[in-house]
Amino acid sequence: MVHQFKNNGYNIVLDVSSGAIHVVDDVTYDVVGMFLGRTAEEIAQELEGRYPREEILEAVAEVQELKDREELFTEDRYETAVLDFKKRPTVVKALCLHIAHDCNLACRYCFAEEGEYHGRRALMSYETGKQALDFLIANSGNRKNLEVDFFGGEPLMNFEVVRELVAYGREQEKLHDKHFRFTLTTNGVLLNDEIMEFANREMDNVVLSIDGRKEVNDKMRPFRNGAGSYDRIVPKFRKFADSRNQERYYVRGTYTHYNTDFSKDVLHLADLGFKQISVEPVVAPESEPYALKPEDLPVLFEEYDRLAAEMVRRKKEGKDFQFFHFMIDLEGGPCVYKRLSGCGSGTEYLAVTPWGDLYPCHQFVGQEQFLLGNVWDGVTNTAVRDEFKCCNVYAKEKCRDCFARFYCSGGCAANSYHAHGSITDVYEIGCELEKKRIECAIMIKAAEA
Amino acid sequence: MKHIKTLNTRKLQNTIKKGGCGECQTSCQSACKTSCTVGNQTCEQYK
Repeated sequence: MVHQFKNNGYNIVLDVSSGAIHVVDDVTYDVVGMFLGRTAEEIAQELEGRYPREEILEAVAEVQELKDREELFTEDRYETAVLDFKKRPTVVKALCLHIAHDCNLACRYCFAEEGEYHGRRALMSYETGKQALDFLIANSGNRKNLEVDFFGGEPLMNFEVVRELVAYGREQEKLHDKHFRFTLTTNGVLLNDEIMEFANREMDNVVLSIDGRKEVNDKMRPFRNGAGSYDRIVPKFRKFADSRNQERYYVRGTYTHYNTDFSKDVLHLADLGFKQISVEPVVAPESEPYALKPEDLPVLFEEYDRLAAEMVRRKKEGKDFQFFHFMIDLEGGPCVYKRLSGCGSGTEYLAVTPWGDLYPCHQFVGQEQFLLGNVWDGVTNTAVRDEFKCCNVYAKEKCRDCFARFYCSGGCAANSYHAHGSITDVYEIGCELEKKRIECAIMIKAAEA
Repeated sequence: MKHIKTLNTRKLQNTIKKGGCGECQTSCQSACKTSCTVGNQTCEQYK
């Protein structure tokens, strides 16, 4: 399968199954589109008058050479290997610890319902967190690197437990020859110098929630009394990012139907000095007024194009920054198994509630039909686990012919479930945006080449 | 090549032979938590 597109003046040909990406001239772009099933002479005749004959024949020869090298028109021959891979006994390698089901903000789009996840307010105890780390170590097999995200609600509302669990993890990793990669996701309200210093020492990554421009942020991310959070968090986030040498963090925003001009929010964050930025589409029921709608898509596509072109321009001026959804690793990216076997939710990756229940991921927390077990008894609902275990690109009919399947791994199971009631379906708006982002990411690489 | 510039040399079909070690980062532990992005990740063996 070949995917062709034009962006920002570049003609790009993506050979989906090999991952090869070619930047081509106009004649070659047309030749690729008609190559299969035609002879060189037939192609030359069809394109006659548009390009010199010699150029057409040269392009045909080069396309044939790439095909022979299996860098163009490569077949997807991975299904059997990936299905076998998925049948392997799985280990747990990552936990999302819901350290606090409570929050000091009342963000209007919060899928955690202001931190409470359709349930009660609660803080995780040290004993429960400790048991979660023990569960992770015991179920991690030979895996050395173990990931633990301190998530919420707002985890800093339970910071002492975070600190104690990190200390416990550091002690245990030596005993079991493991390495914990801790991360923290925070709204910043309670950040102070002591917490920053701790996080800089212990956290592999921190995710700092802010939506962008003050009016955009404050509309969706108010305190419970209605006041905006922007002025409170921006100085702290700037200090925090600088203290981490502008590395190993993201300022992370959400855009909604209310700010479909979200490129301005990304650039606003860049203008504030942030170098690691992620601004992502809201996940919300269709009925919500802030939910993205199919008719927003053309505007959102233009926004991604505008942002990508501006990033190319800024990079040339030495004012570059990273945008998470445009990051793409063309040389050292993941293997085919990783690309096609799904995100690992429900098997390798689990969410833990403050009281120790296990769910397939943070987005399923509070939906009782997805309760997997708890950190003391382990995964006892093997039917749900096995359903997630079978979730991969080839299990999703809509992914089979999609060029993006090697980049999104079949998309988010929770988005699929919330859109269609099945984890093996897809969330169409999310797919369209993902495809656009991949095209922009590749264009940026073409511009840098 | 005169008409074509290839941006990458690592072929995905080669990763099927020795890939799958599973040491890589879990997708949702990066920034997103609401989508699924793997193409931007780096193979642990390449770090």
